[in-house]
Amino acid sequence: MDYGRSERPTGAAPLPTAIKVLIAGGFGVGKTTMVGAVSETRPLRTEEVLTETGIGIDDLSGIEEKSTTTVAMDFGRITISDDLVLYLFGTPGQDRFWFVWDELALGALGAVVLADTRRLADCFPSIDYFEGRGTPFVVAVNCFEGARQFRLDEVQAALDLDPGVPVVLCDARKRESAKEVLITLLEHAMKLREARRRAAED
Amino acid sequence: MTGRGDSAEQEWVDDHAGPVVRPYAVTGGRARPVTGTFDLISLVTSTRTDVGSESGLGPEHVAIVGLCQRILSVAEIAAHLDLPVGTVRVLLGDLAARSLVQVREPRATTAGLPDEHVFEAVINGLRAL
Repeated sequence: MDYGRSERPTGAAPLPTAIKVLIAGGFGVGKTTMVGAVSETRPLRTEEVLTETGIGIDDLSGIEEKSTTTVAMDFGRITISDDLVLYLFGTPGQDRFWFVWDELALGALGAVVLADTRRLADCFPSIDYFEGRGTPFVVAVNCFEGARQFRLDEVQAALDLDPGVPVVLCDARKRESAKEVLITLLEHAMKLREARRRAAED
Repeated sequence: MTGRGDSAEQEWVDDHAGPVVRPYAVTGGRARPVTGTFDLISLVTSTRTDVGSESGLGPEHVAIVGLCQRILSVAEIAAHLDLPVGTVRVLLGDLAARSLVQVREPRATTAGLPDEHVFEAVINGLRAL
């Protein structure tokens, strides 16, 4: 036996399961602010480096001169329990990074689409994306100071949302408010899941 | 590094030069891990507390083993090491091939939405924050 190695004791607790929720919306709408408000640490930033030659490359030697693009994603973590960890990912803003969204959306419980009533159109691409994928989402109107207050039904109509999609007001800076938005999303996603399960049985 | 090398570096590297170490330099040019897929939220934990005696590991490998004494996601490892996720995936593949890390793939990457009890656990967990 090799006592020089420091093995972890066998029978250690199994690793927890990770789940994720996406925070989407236009540039400057408060995605990272919301991630930070509800996460247990300050938001972290991770980067994907994309080469011009794209996906499917196995060896980059010899193509060092190809241009690269960096896509940054801000994210945070909430430890729910010993066996469940929730990650919140702010989606990269530029529409040309849809394939990064595909990776992020895979397996996500749902998405929060943050909206600013002064620039409502900025969240259209996010809504289109999640509608197209069938990802459960809610729209959270971030209440910026100085913005005209809209009624939620006005926002719902302006965004042409399905009646079942929750629209809520929030303050992305406030922990309690961000928590409420996430709870609304998860309750909505749970309902959708149940409805889909029933539809599949019929 | 010699003093001469330092001065050469100062001459060439300015604000417009971009990263000095190209993203895949630490992987020897490899863009794909030897094993595993490593989702952004795959959770990783080291199986050992010390890998100093292992040959063939770079400082980044050793740093990952050090970080993963507590359970971290691939995204967190990348953020803490300030390396691109693709680079970290390759390094994790090396470590997984030597059984130096244990990896838990996330729930429901392909199977759609998870069970009701997962939603309930998350909702209750958020309420308790």
